[in-house]
Amino acid sequence: MFDFAVVTEWVDGLLRSWLPESWAVLAEFFLIGLCLLLAYAVIALVLILAERKVCAYFQCRLGPNRVGPWGLTQSVADMFKMLIKELIQVRHVDNFLFNLAPYIVIISSVLAFGCIPYAKGLEIIDFNVGIFFLLAVSSIGIVGILLAGWSSNNKYSLIGAMRSGAQMISYELSIGLSILTMVVFSGSMQLSTIVESQADGWFLFRGHIPAFIAFIVYLIAGTAETNRGPFDLPEADSELTAGYHTEYSGMHFGFFYLAEFLNMFIVASVAATLFLGGWMPLHIPGWEGFNAAMDWIPSIFWFIGKVAVMIFIIMWFKWTFPRLRIDQLLRLEWKYLLPLNLCNLLLMVIVVVFNLHF
Amino acid sequence: MEISLQEIVFFILAAVIVVCSVLAVTTKRILRSATHLLFVLFATAGIYFQLNYSFLGAVQLTVYAGGIIVLYVFSILLTSPEGDHAEKLMRGKFFAGLVAALAGAAVCIFIMVTHSFGAYRIIPGEIPMKEIGHALMGTERYQYLLPFELISVLLLACIVGGIMIARKR
Repeated sequence: MFDFAVVTEWVDGLLRSWLPESWAVLAEFFLIGLCLLLAYAVIALVLILAERKVCAYFQCRLGPNRVGPWGLTQSVADMFKMLIKELIQVRHVDNFLFNLAPYIVIISSVLAFGCIPYAKGLEIIDFNVGIFFLLAVSSIGIVGILLAGWSSNNKYSLIGAMRSGAQMISYELSIGLSILTMVVFSGSMQLSTIVESQADGWFLFRGHIPAFIAFIVYLIAGTAETNRGPFDLPEADSELTAGYHTEYSGMHFGFFYLAEFLNMFIVASVAATLFLGGWMPLHIPGWEGFNAAMDWIPSIFWFIGKVAVMIFIIMWFKWTFPRLRIDQLLRLEWKYLLPLNLCNLLLMVIVVVFNLHF
Repeated sequence: MEISLQEIVFFILAAVIVVCSVLAVTTKRILRSATHLLFVLFATAGIYFQLNYSFLGAVQLTVYAGGIIVLYVFSILLTSPEGDHAEKLMRGKFFAGLVAALAGAAVCIFIMVTHSFGAYRIIPGEIPMKEIGHALMGTERYQYLLPFELISVLLLACIVGGIMIARKR
């Protein structure tokens, strides 16, 4: 399998031969940041197009089909529209917080985006507490949403922000616990180690019942965490116009929009990494020829494929279920998912201690 | 004078901490104050990451930035009306605060000057997570099971107390 470390080490060597040590490190920071932001923007564009197309087919429509073949360049055109729009100054808002909030949201999302192992040798942030760091930085986004809702000086925004805050804080528990279940199983929090240890079978299959329950819970909680339907009541358009980002215009609105789509991508890729092996190809112990054939497919395609499937499932949720009420939403979390999760954690510990897994 | 990249990063983080701490207490609006506090906590987490203690950095982010600050902002949203500004400080209060701050600074500086720190170095590589876990959950010397359990009892008491205050009669 192609190891991307070859490419990154070559770039590293090249820069070090040209520049002194510290300047080379600095240049690498900028290069990595540039690649990260570029990937962030491109993935967002692809996701926006995918969302519109999937939504259209679910509703028996055609979706975007005028700009470019099959509407492919529609979201690129939308991006340019967004970039050249005016940032409207709203009166009677707290300007400092109002302008700061979108950046907090987008920074938290980009930091989480940087933790994901994309392919063999393509990991940017790889701490030994990797998955914990990812959870930590993605929890910062709530602050941005709350600030946005409050500083807009608008009742709808404030209600949206409060709903969003309550929802994200509650569902973060479920996400944390279901990830903890998988950390117990893998015995490591480092994302690269987690992926490496799935070489002879993905955790979803090796951990059987508890892993499967954790997977389902993670998917539900992850969908809620990203404020997507059926849990999209923070920005329920028919009740709150647009929730916490009602007053935002131009690229500041764009930041919220981007962060929402990329958070979906992050949730999908964490699900793929923890349960479906990340970039690790499908291996079945004992089937040597089959494993070799699977290794032949590049790791990045495995990763993209798994993430695409997860994203499709999350979109499927959105266009299938009606929106929940706030009390139903909180009851689902606190009365059903949380006890289920705690029992599941215990079950996973039993499975690991008595070595009942494959 | 040769300054390494590490030192530049440290000075930037230190400047952010100092400036935002001052702003957090001088601003008139309580939510801005909370936001400045958030930046102070971010920069502190940055210093932990610089020292290669990524576990503490991540804890700092998730507990303080993601937990405590969200709690603060939530309670501010629920309790303070729009356009709520802090009233002007009384003279006596101002001087009392100043004296308390100076006394605190004096104690800190005294300890920093008299305490002999170990050799200035940044340990390469991270501390393995297993070691931290054993230190938290062990009962031997320099292991912290008892404080850990005590804090969890304290938190449980807080939760019960909160429910007692909030429940409908």
